[in-house]
Amino acid sequence: MGTRDMMPSFELYQPDTLEAALDLLGRFGEDGWALAGGNDSFDWFKDRVKRPRYVVDLTGIEALKGIRETADGGVEIGALTTLTEIERSDVIRSRFGVLAEAASKVASPQIRNTGTIGGNLCQDARCWYYRYGVHCYRAGGNTCYADTPEGQNREHCLWGADRCVAVSPSDTAPAMVVLDARMVVAGPNGEREVPAEQFFIGPSIDITRMTVLEPGELLTAIRIPPSWAGARFYFEKVADRNVWDFPLVNIAAAMRVNGNVIEDARFAAGAVQCTPRRLTVVEEVVRGQPRSEDLARLAGQSAVRGATPLNYNHFKIPLLQNLVMRAVRDA
Amino acid sequence: MAELLGKDFVPPDVYGKVTGKAKYAEDFRADNMCFCRLLLSPMPHARVRNIDVSEALKMEGVLAVLTADEVPAQPPPAEPILTNEPLFVGAPILAVAAETEQLAQDAIDRIRIDLEELPFTVDPLESLYPGGPDARSEGNVVDNRLGGPPQVKRVKWTAADFAAAGEDKLPMGEPLAEWSYGDVEGNFAKAALVLDETFVTAGMSHHSMEPRSAMAYWQNGKCYVYGSSQSQSFVVPDLANYIGIPVEDLVYVAETCGGGFGSKGTAYPLMSIPAHMSRKLNGRPVMMRISRAEEFYLGYARSGFQGRIKMGFSAEGRLIAVDMYVVQESGATVGFPDWPSSGETVSILYQPEAMRWRGTSVFTNTVPRTAQRGPGHNQTVSITEPLMDKAARALGIDPLEIRRINSPDMNGRIGGERTPVTSCYIREALEKGAQAFNYAERKARSGQRNGSKVRAVAVGQGFHPAGFFGFDGIVRITPEGKLHIHTGVGNLGTYSHTGTARIAAEVLKMSWENCVVERGDTRKHLPWNIGQFGSNTSFTMARTNYVAAMDALAKLKEIAAMDLGGSPDDYDIGDERVFKKDDPSTGLTYAQAAQRAIELGGRFDGHEPPGDVNPMTRASVLALAGTGLIGAARDNLPVTGQPAAFTAGFIEIELDVETGKVEILDYLGVADCGTVIHPKGLATQVKGGAVMGFGMAVLERHIYDPQNGLPGNVGLYQAKPPSYLDVPSVMRADAVDLPDPQSPLGTKGIGEPVMGAGSAALLCAISEALGGHVFNRIPVTPDHIVNVLSGRGQSHRPLQVNTA
Ligand SMILES: Cc1cc2nc3c(=O)[nH]c(=O)nc-3n(C[C@H](O)[C@H](O)[C@H](O)COP(=O)(O)OP(=O)(O)OC[C@H]3O[C@@H](n4cnc5c(N)ncnc54)[C@H](O)[C@@H]3O)c2cc1C
Repeated sequence: MGTRDMMPSFELYQPDTLEAALDLLGRFGEDGWALAGGNDSFDWFKDRVKRPRYVVDLTGIEALKGIRETADGGVEIGALTTLTEIERSDVIRSRFGVLAEAASKVASPQIRNTGTIGGNLCQDARCWYYRYGVHCYRAGGNTCYADTPEGQNREHCLWGADRCVAVSPSDTAPAMVVLDARMVVAGPNGEREVPAEQFFIGPSIDITRMTVLEPGELLTAIRIPPSWAGARFYFEKVADRNVWDFPLVNIAAAMRVNGNVIEDARFAAGAVQCTPRRLTVVEEVVRGQPRSEDLARLAGQSAVRGATPLNYNHFKIPLLQNLVMRAVRDA
Repeated sequence: MAELLGKDFVPPDVYGKVTGKAKYAEDFRADNMCFCRLLLSPMPHARVRNIDVSEALKMEGVLAVLTADEVPAQPPPAEPILTNEPLFVGAPILAVAAETEQLAQDAIDRIRIDLEELPFTVDPLESLYPGGPDARSEGNVVDNRLGGPPQVKRVKWTAADFAAAGEDKLPMGEPLAEWSYGDVEGNFAKAALVLDETFVTAGMSHHSMEPRSAMAYWQNGKCYVYGSSQSQSFVVPDLANYIGIPVEDLVYVAETCGGGFGSKGTAYPLMSIPAHMSRKLNGRPVMMRISRAEEFYLGYARSGFQGRIKMGFSAEGRLIAVDMYVVQESGATVGFPDWPSSGETVSILYQPEAMRWRGTSVFTNTVPRTAQRGPGHNQTVSITEPLMDKAARALGIDPLEIRRINSPDMNGRIGGERTPVTSCYIREALEKGAQAFNYAERKARSGQRNGSKVRAVAVGQGFHPAGFFGFDGIVRITPEGKLHIHTGVGNLGTYSHTGTARIAAEVLKMSWENCVVERGDTRKHLPWNIGQFGSNTSFTMARTNYVAAMDALAKLKEIAAMDLGGSPDDYDIGDERVFKKDDPSTGLTYAQAAQRAIELGGRFDGHEPPGDVNPMTRASVLALAGTGLIGAARDNLPVTGQPAAFTAGFIEIELDVETGKVEILDYLGVADCGTVIHPKGLATQVKGGAVMGFGMAVLERHIYDPQNGLPGNVGLYQAKPPSYLDVPSVMRADAVDLPDPQSPLGTKGIGEPVMGAGSAALLCAISEALGGHVFNRIPVTPDHIVNVLSGRGQSHRPLQVNTA
């Protein structure tokens, strides 16, 4: 049983360069753990469900912190930048407001003060069974506790079930998808850039991971291209509580509107499948159309086509539908 | 004229709380202290076949393992201290002591425990079905009403009972208890409107911020326990019993308590574990810190209800007939009798002309239940207040008006025995609230839509008994001229330990700077008092402090008459002197009188305690003997009814029909708590209680997976008590401030109905926003609202429990 609330010992490493961190993580392999703000990690450690022998604390690596404007008019955000910094950053607020808004809706002020954007994007699934420490598919076992006739799966997925029905819990991930952000991944073989949409992976690709990161790899930065700078944005999150609560559903949208016509748009929803769900069908429906109540309604309806609810989460269908409608109508 | 009553004061323990110096159980330290941790059951019902601790004991720094076989067994269905038959996930099986906490946990991870799985259930109705699982081997149903030992039975309803009700209505088989008065059937026949509603209220945790940690050691034959409890003296006999020692060998310290909400009202078995462990370690101090998750497993919870209520109204809106049935989910141990309170609440709040109530209480393999703020009362109003609105709507009557029509006055009666109340001013509370809230005007805009948001205005009521009697008081005037008020009530965090102590000061006309409140430690020689629960303190302790002060007053006058001539009646008090009425310059200061009391000895200075006080009080008085003039007495003041407290809550909300989110714009609670003792303390109760009620109404509920008995919300973020941003930043509180004639200074309790009023008001407003009554279930969460507004059914079945 999990929930022991008593952290075991581990060896702590506090490198101050990326190279040193990568070197350590490379050596430790499966026994190593990258630690940023710890808001996700400490839960696992305290419950003794995940017990790394070596923990590499990244918070001493100054090079991974901060928000920099790039020559092309975009921004580069270090993975160790806190959510509070993002929420308050002038450049992000003025040019990529959807991300500032999303960051401001994460968890609670305390968690945002220590939680990093890298940690938020790399955080693990929040399925309560998995977090409880049961030996489910995602934990390397051979069953899913949530996807059963009586499983309590109110918070679980509408799409993409594949042995696991957990959802992407991150509020910032859909905003990154909408902004077409590039994830900068560093590892033993150097650096690569992965589009946000491909960074997150579902259970059909690897049931024990939420991102493409391999052991030993780190997310070092997020590059936001200028393509959507200054667009009309919308972010909304519905949770049971107004703070300190994961999304039941969230929606992020970016639209280029000329006159009243939506020239181009990107939509992504969170907490409806294991990765942020890019709503390309909604984009198709609205592209080139004048904004109207009717269009908003149509967009909402299109968003939920093919949704396959579990026993306790069919409310997510009208909720997502309404959030997409609001995004088109109210952005 | 009251000098102290009705005025704010700085509670003596507040300095410690704001500076961090206040000590909660886990802040205490003792030389050579070690730690213990618990091994909790991973299964909802199991039998321990074998425990192998050899690997654990080999670890350096691991000191001892304590098992169920080494602690006093408790008679089933009482909660055991440790167990070999865990009845819920999280039940403590054994404890391990080690030099550090982490080591204790490491040792636990090395213990090999062999458990045999037994049948379990998380649904009372499943257990009542023929052939259904029993949560305990002794039976499935428990009569846990107070006043006698609990009775366990095996009760199965018939398949015909279930079939008659159908899927969506509560079947009503054999009850454990019932009462009725009046012509229920006849009145239903006459009724212009009959509602027949099946409902569910969810179980929910207490979430006390301070977990139930404890530290203990033995010294010179005495056991010292530093615990977390709402109560002080009331804890001592049961805790001594759990430890297996006489009361006089227990030193119990509970200076501050970080919340209990009913879950720390009495001693609880867990509290004794460090004492048992310490005994095993030859008295070495043992600290047992309970974590947040453990607090969920062991820290108790409110019972849920599956119920049915039939209400018959006259065309004018008078409730003329009620037939109510409540099935309580009692957890796996003795639990708490919320279920009878359901009928009492309906009977007092609406004064139905005729009523039948039936109920039963069923074990499930879920966390142990105990009282939680308004146990039974607050679940009930959360269901029945929206139903009153439903009736009002059907009959074309305003919601406030239908409450006025049915609400009790001073002649209100409670329950099947038609017990009178000591006082009741709910009508006045409704009136005062309606004025202050501008109800009529705001009601007119209720239902207005602005974009996706609908406004709604509503009112809700709460009730709870508000006092006990028959306990003891001790006050002491020292030769320094100080008044020491010894109170054994405990420190729930409401400051009523001091609020009620001020009543003794009031009687003796003491300036407050010269008063000392003695509390929080048995070594301070405290009287026998009931605990700080059941909204009772402001009534019960007003009486004990009053009678003790009156005893001191009589002694002051007697001493003065003895020394200065005349009879005691010739004397009065003022300015901390006792003096001749006709010659105020002739008199004694309190300090002089106290010195004289010591010289006189006997009953004056505590050497001869009164004959009718509790042995604990007697021992305390004797221990204090010779230190001053002692006033000590048992509360023998007459009382002819049930003290009762009420609250009216007024609310305005906005409900977003696209997201199901509800925003509370404004809340006002008006309390009927008799004469107000402490305005700030009261306001905190009225507002804080309402916040807790909002949590009950729209956020908090137990989740259990029915297939494996696992609880789904062991952390605060999963259980979701309301946050700052879920409640209005400004809330308002007021009181009718009319005296209870049976309380010496007019005061009575209030802690619990304030929560029910908040919950009820919010739920009524949600119905109002949705254009009429929809939910017979709490909490009402955004998913439920979205499902209704999108024309989808709910995911849960109407009678399903422990589910989303
Ligand atoms: C009570 C609670 C409520 C929450 N509510 C919300 C919410 O509403 N919305 C929301 O979006 N999130 C929520 N969260 C999640 C929280 O926002 C994240 O846990 C937090 O942002 C993670 O950041 P961190 O720096 O603390 O991560 P850490 O715990 O340090 O790391 C999280 C994970 O990411 C990995 N990681 C961290 N940084 C990197 C990196 N640079 N490269 C590779 N891997 C890395 C770690 O190894 C670990 O697996 C909540 C968390 C809690 C505890």
